[in-house]
This record gives sequence, structure tokens and C-alpha cells, in this order.
Amino acid sequence: MNADSRFETVIGLEIHTQLRTRSKIFCGCPNQFGSQPNTQICPVCAAFPGVLPVLNREVLNMAIKTGLALNGQIRLRNEFSRKNYFYPDLPAGYQISQFELPIVEHGELMIEPEDGPRKRIGITRIHMEVDAGKNLHEGIIGASWVDLNRTGTPLLEIVTEPDLRSAAETGAFLKKLRAIVRYLEVCDGNMEEGSFRCDANVSVRRWGETKLGTRAEIKNLNSIRNVMRAIEFEVDRQIDRIENGEKVIQETRLWDANQNLTRSMRGKEEAHDYRYFPEPDLPPVLLDPARIETIRATLPELPDQKFLRFQDQYGLSDYDAGVLTANRELAEYFESAVRAALPADPKVVANWVTGELLAFLNKEGLEISQSPVQASALGALTGMIHKAVISGKIAKTVFAHMCVHGGEPQQIVLEKGLTQVTDQGAIEAEVERILGAHADKIAQYRAGKTQLLGFFVGEVMKATRGKANPGVVNELLINKLST
Amino acid sequence: MDVATLTLTQAAQALATHEISSVELTRAFLTRIEALNPSLNAFITMDPKGALQAAEAADKRLARHEGSPLTGIPLAIKDLFCTRDLRTTCGSRMLANFHPPYESTVTARLKAAGAVILGKTNMDEFAMGSSNETSHFGPVRNPWDLERTPGGSSGGSAAAMAAGLCVAAIGTDTGGSIRQPAAMTGITGLKPTYGRVSRFGMVAFASSLDQAGPMTRTAMDAAILLQAMAGEDPQDSTCLNSPVPDYVRAINQSMRGVKIGIPEEYFGSGLHPEVRLAIEAVKEVYQGLGAILVPISLPHTQHAIPTYYIIAPAEASSNLARYDGIRFGHRCENPKDLKDLYARTRAEGFGAEVKRRIMLGTYVLSSGYYDAYYRKAQQVRRLIAEDFARAFREQDLGVILTPTTPETAFRLGEKNADPVSMYLSDIFTINVNLAGVPAISLPCGFDTQGLPIGFQLIGRPLDEVAILSAGHAYQQASHCHTITPGGKA
Repeated sequence: MNADSRFETVIGLEIHTQLRTRSKIFCGCPNQFGSQPNTQICPVCAAFPGVLPVLNREVLNMAIKTGLALNGQIRLRNEFSRKNYFYPDLPAGYQISQFELPIVEHGELMIEPEDGPRKRIGITRIHMEVDAGKNLHEGIIGASWVDLNRTGTPLLEIVTEPDLRSAAETGAFLKKLRAIVRYLEVCDGNMEEGSFRCDANVSVRRWGETKLGTRAEIKNLNSIRNVMRAIEFEVDRQIDRIENGEKVIQETRLWDANQNLTRSMRGKEEAHDYRYFPEPDLPPVLLDPARIETIRATLPELPDQKFLRFQDQYGLSDYDAGVLTANRELAEYFESAVRAALPADPKVVANWVTGELLAFLNKEGLEISQSPVQASALGALTGMIHKAVISGKIAKTVFAHMCVHGGEPQQIVLEKGLTQVTDQGAIEAEVERILGAHADKIAQYRAGKTQLLGFFVGEVMKATRGKANPGVVNELLINKLST
Repeated sequence: MDVATLTLTQAAQALATHEISSVELTRAFLTRIEALNPSLNAFITMDPKGALQAAEAADKRLARHEGSPLTGIPLAIKDLFCTRDLRTTCGSRMLANFHPPYESTVTARLKAAGAVILGKTNMDEFAMGSSNETSHFGPVRNPWDLERTPGGSSGGSAAAMAAGLCVAAIGTDTGGSIRQPAAMTGITGLKPTYGRVSRFGMVAFASSLDQAGPMTRTAMDAAILLQAMAGEDPQDSTCLNSPVPDYVRAINQSMRGVKIGIPEEYFGSGLHPEVRLAIEAVKEVYQGLGAILVPISLPHTQHAIPTYYIIAPAEASSNLARYDGIRFGHRCENPKDLKDLYARTRAEGFGAEVKRRIMLGTYVLSSGYYDAYYRKAQQVRRLIAEDFARAFREQDLGVILTPTTPETAFRLGEKNADPVSMYLSDIFTINVNLAGVPAISLPCGFDTQGLPIGFQLIGRPLDEVAILSAGHAYQQASHCHTITPGGKA
């Protein structure tokens, strides 16, 4: 099935980001994970009679920060609402969220999808809300347990316009958005652990049709790869239905990553009536424009700005600048390495980071923050190549050593006696020795088999254990072989 | 000393001069409660041990000449304020065995001031009712006539006060639940400005309307209690941070030249002639004190009842969702699945009036009805608030004077079959909650059956001083408030 031939795909996303505040959104309990069930809770978390929510101002700051970074309009008067439904992991019987007056509206994000040109994706709204607890069923027979530790975790829900047109665009959007929330340090962006969650509204329509098709909301998407796979499956499923003369039903569907398909969870008629109304326990949030400007001034350099600066300041390629700025910590690593490498060419540093370093980290499954090779060490290593203290080949040996043992390259080179030999006399002696031992090959060379130069270089390097400056070796050999 | 008629002011004086100790006073009330509560049913839970411990501690403070005017004063608390480790039922089977692990801000402040909590008073279930008949623990009887209601929902607090079972009591008022029972039992009851007193630890009925207040013998006593209760609370975001004036010091303001608004809408055909007569007499007292009566109009008054019965149930339907049998409170036996657990727990735990309001509230918030009911009601609520603001501003009023209730205490069971006639019992008090303004009910006489009549003074937002001082001036010039049911109970 080719989705592009007669049908256009339309996708809108709802992303829930857990905010990295110290305490929960409406009480003083710590906002942390991994504790024993129901140990990080208080009467507010458990919605005991008579308790009241008090808004954590840090949540407000993070919402404003995110709104500004996504070029949104901050509502100076926004309000919380109650979303009412019964579920054991929702102790109050309602979720405190924002409905009619969210804190951010009309944002946007530029994406660079692999399947097309740079594109603007509209952000309809961003609102603050509270996360629910968790129902536990595994390993329990005849009952379910409720863990309220997560209750009260602050969330930002980011809702996009139906502007995405493919799985690839959706993947690019999520990567970019995740990079931004990480840059802002508002969310750790971990989809597997659920701190960055995405629901996708997917529909298809015939090309040229202006009305949106009936959508399915897909849940249970715990990685960007799964989001993309689920969209691809769902698009095919909807097109098949339409082509078979069936209707697409408005419903909520769950992604099954093992079987690679989506299946119906509940239909429109089973949808909750959430009975939203303004939360009477919290007065409307009134924001001072000065506070927004103060927060704007603290915004870090964002991926797009950094991308342009890296190209401009370091002369990096689109590829290198893109890879290095996709992750704030990686960008910071690169810039530290450049400083330590001076006056070496930043492009060479970029090659080391995007090449050797990332290859190693990916292989080991490590984050940049866990790298055994410090930025200053990688920079110093590049600097040593630039100053011809070691050859590129020796540098790879030193790098491999640092990957296992850490340490500073200068020290390693000294201890292992790897300093490059540039002394012409010493190299010349080795060259003479090698030439003396291979009279036959000299004759062949002189007869026109010039590719033997590589053999001679290799022999000299082997004899000097790689320490001879290859440029000097080359020059000496060519001179001697041609006379 | 006859503790049954003691005002808070007199009791504080007697304690300060060591004429009586707090332990003696507390014991005297515990004895009276033991004797009279079986016929009144004013208390749900007694705390004699806690009360006597608090009284002993208060006596030590009094011996050192420390403490406040509340130190050692025995109080009755509506069973809607969470009291740490002391059962808090809210008049419901749902919370019949609920022992809160925390203390409400109001009771915490009263305890810190040295007050003695005798016990928790009976009330309509979740404060939903105007006659105290919806309580899971049975109706409260009016000390003036045991066949009649003391009003509601703070009926237990009102009956305890009128029968002399405490020096003062605390109630809550969502649509008149302090003022209506105060009027029906011949005591003074103050509903402060919304947000003047913290709601933390008050079991919520309708969050945007609920407010705690004192129920006392005099306006002066109400001022003393409000002083201790009022003020900013970091645990309640809707609690106002404006400074709390010295109510006691400000209470002696003269009524000379003060303009009193008389809203025509409160004197229509629904008002019982005997109540009307009593209010006419109040007007004369104020004129005699030099006040100026100004006829005014509050044109949206008639919409108060329908507006209230949309907004309050809407909030209640959501506030009461937490009673699901999962974490605390009543849980049905052997639920077969989650839906059964919810359905039976709530069917068993809630009474009929609470269920009626949950259904009403769920309906008005439902998709397709929200705009027609809830949103419209909020718009009307704004108009009602503007009525008050305009009248105060344009006529430069000090207070507004109205009857508190259209009639005196009705018979138990009289209005049970007709919820709307019950709802109309709050017709003069509900506007005040919708507008968020303060109001006080004061006793002003008796009907021909000897039942108390009350009048209401309404103030500008945060101007409790105006209604307290006008109430105090009236009580200086009259003696209704000193009459008690005596041997009747």
C-alpha cells in the first residue's frame, strides 16, 4: 500500500512532559521516582476530605519557559479546571488541568524532516496539569493495588495542530521537541520511562480534500520509533478500510509493539464526559508581563540558534552541526573540547566527536554525560595531533585507551612513549636500514611499480612503532628511491 | 454561676479573674451535654478526655496570666472541620469512622488560642440541607420546641448554643447554614467574606461558597472568635491575604448617620407577617440610634435559588467524587468489580439529599448542558454580586438589613417531601454566598408561638467591622439575645 498515491495523512500530537520540579505540583511532597509504593504521598496526594491544592510556582515558570521556547503566546490570565472521571489511580475523582484558558497558545516549532523540506508545525496550546498515580496488577491475584507516588507530578501537555503529514515528520517533530525540553531542563525527555509521553491523532483523506478524515487516537507509544511504526500501521489500516468501502470509526486505539499493530480500546460512545469546569479551589493565575520577560532573559540558546552559530563560528557542515546540537550536553561537550584543542581546527574536533566518540558511546549504550573520555581530554588529543606530537593513528590508540581507562592523553603518550619522532636524522637512519634490506623492491619501484612506496612507509612506521612523522617518512623515501 | 447563659466575653472575664477554672467550666458543660444531648441530638462525637486535657493546659496558661480571650473557653465544632485523630463524620455514613490525620486551619487556630473543644456537632449530611434532617446521625431538635428543626446545616452547633451546651460554636455557611439556624434558635451567627477564613481541613461541599464562621450569643463574641479564625493561610489559595482588623476594638462604632439599605425584594409576599413585624421593629431601633434607612433594590435577587442550585451541586458532584471506597471512608462488602465497588459504596454511603445534589450537579456540568446551566449560572452570579456592589456604592450604604429567613423554625418532617420548599428556606441568605459578601444574623424577637426570629445585616466585602458593630449597637439597645429557652430543653 502506498499511502502517498491517493491519500494524504494528517497527524496531530498530544505530548505529556513530566516536569523536573523538586516538589509536586500542588503539595510539598518530593517529585521523585523509584520509591516504595505510597511513601511519597500526603493527604493532598490521596485527596483526603478538606485538603486543598496550592500551586507550585516552579511549574508556572517551566510552563512559561516552554511556551516562550516554542514561540507561543503566554496568557496573562489563565485558569485551572477540573476534568472529572472515576478511576482508582485518580484519588480526587478529578484531574486538575487547564481547559478553556490554558497558559500558552499559538506556538510553533520548525522541523527538518528527512522526507522533505523544513516545515512549521503549529502548537495549538500548552497547559499545566497533574499526573495520576498507577494501578498495579502484576503478580496480584483477585485484586489491584494503587500506588499514589506519581500522583501530583506536574505535567505540561503540548497539543499540536494537525500539521504533520507523515511518520517521518512526526519523528522529526518529537526529536526536536524532546531536544528543546531537555535544553530547557524542564523534562528529561525519557519516553521509555514515561516522562515524555505521546498520543497521536491519525486520519487520512483523499488528496485535495479539505475536510479532515475521521481520526483514531493512538496511545501506548513509548518510543519515537514506535510512534512512527504505529502511524505507518494505522495509515495503512485506515486506507484499507476506505478502499474496502468501510468507514473509519472515531475511537481510541492502543499500539501493540510486539504484534506491530493498533487495536481498539474504546469507541466514541464509550468516551468519558469529563464535565470540565473551573477549579474553585485555585484562583485564576494572573501573570505579570515583567515576570515573563525575566524568564525570557534566562532562556538558554536553543537548538536552532546553536545550529546556526556552530556553522558560523566553527565552520561545521549541516550534518555535524545537526548532530552536535541535537543534544545540549553533546553541544556543550563539543565546545569544551574545542577550547581544549586550540588552536586545532574545530572541524577536526567535530569529526572526532561525531565519529570515534559517538560510535564508541552508541556501541556501549552510554549517554554523553557517562563518557569515560572527558571533553578536555578529547580536545587535548586533537591538539596533540595538530601540533604533530602524535600521528592520527597513534591518537586512535590513545583514544581507545582512554575509552577503557579514562585519563589525560599527554600522560598516556608519555607513559607509553608514543611521542611522534620528527627528528630527520633518526628517521633517515631507519629509512636507510629498511632500504638496505629490500634491494629487490627498490629495483621494482624504480622499474615503475611506484605503489611499493606504501610498503616502504609501512615498514618504516612498523620499525618506529608508529611514532615516525609520516610526512617526513614519505618525503625521505621519495627522495631516496628516486635517486 | 449559670454557665448556660454565659457569653464568651463573660466567660473569658470569669476565667481571667479565676472566678472559675476552665476545667470547672468544661465539666459543667460536659454535664449539661450528658443531660440534654439525648433529647437534642446536637453532638455526634464528644471528646471529654481531649476537652479536659485542653482545659487543664488552659488553666496553666491562665494561672500565668497568659493566653488570649479564648483560652479555656469550651467550644462546640461542627463535624465538618477535620480534627486530628478525632472522628470527623460530616454527618454522613460515608465518613462514620473517619479519623483525619490532620487538623483544619480553623480548629488549629482555635486550639492554639487555648480554646477547649467539647465535641463535634451534628449537621446535615455534607452540609446539604436546611433542617438537619439529612444527617446520618438523626435530626437535631430545636431547644425552643423539640418538635421543630433548629435549621441547618449547622443545626447541631445552633442547638448546642441555644441550649447552653457550650460558650460558643463554629459552623459553616454555604447558602445560609450558619445564619438560618442562628435565626431559628435565637443566637448570633456570622458568615464572613468568602476567603476571610481558611477552608483548609473543612470537608468541602461547594468550594466557591463554603465559609466558616462563629455562632455565639452576641456580636461581640462573634468578633472575638472571628479575630482568632481569620487571616491568610498558605494551605488555602482562595484565602485572602488582606490584613485582619482588630474587630473587638472597632465594634463600638456609632450608628449615627450610617445608611442602612432596605432591599424591597426581601419584603415580598413570601415573608411571614410576624417576621415582617419583627424586622420593622429592628428598623425603628436603628432609626433611634441615628441610622438612616434607605430603600434599595437588588434586582437579581429572585434568581438566587436556581443559580445556587446549579453552582453548589456542580461543585459538590466533583468534590464528593473522592468518596469512592478506595482510600478511606465507607466501602461496600465484597465488591465484584470496580464498577460495583463504586456503585454500592456510594449508594450505601450517601443519603438521599446528597445523591440528589450529586445527580443535579453531574447533569448541569454534562456536555451539551454546561452552557445552558453552569455557564449561565456563573453569569447570573456575577449580576447578583454586582447588585450588592452597586447598592453599596451608589447609596453609600454602611450595611443592608433584611430578614434572615422567611419564617420561623418549621416542624420536623414538614418540608421533607418537597425539596424546593426546603430550598426556599434559604432564600434570603443564599445571595450573600453567591456574592461572597459578609453577613450576620441576630435575634430580634419571637413569633406568637414563642419561636425566635432573626434579622440579617449584610456588609461590603471584607467589611465585617460594619456588620459586627451594627449588630453590637443593636444588642446594646435591645435584649432579645439574652433570652434563652430556659427549661424548655
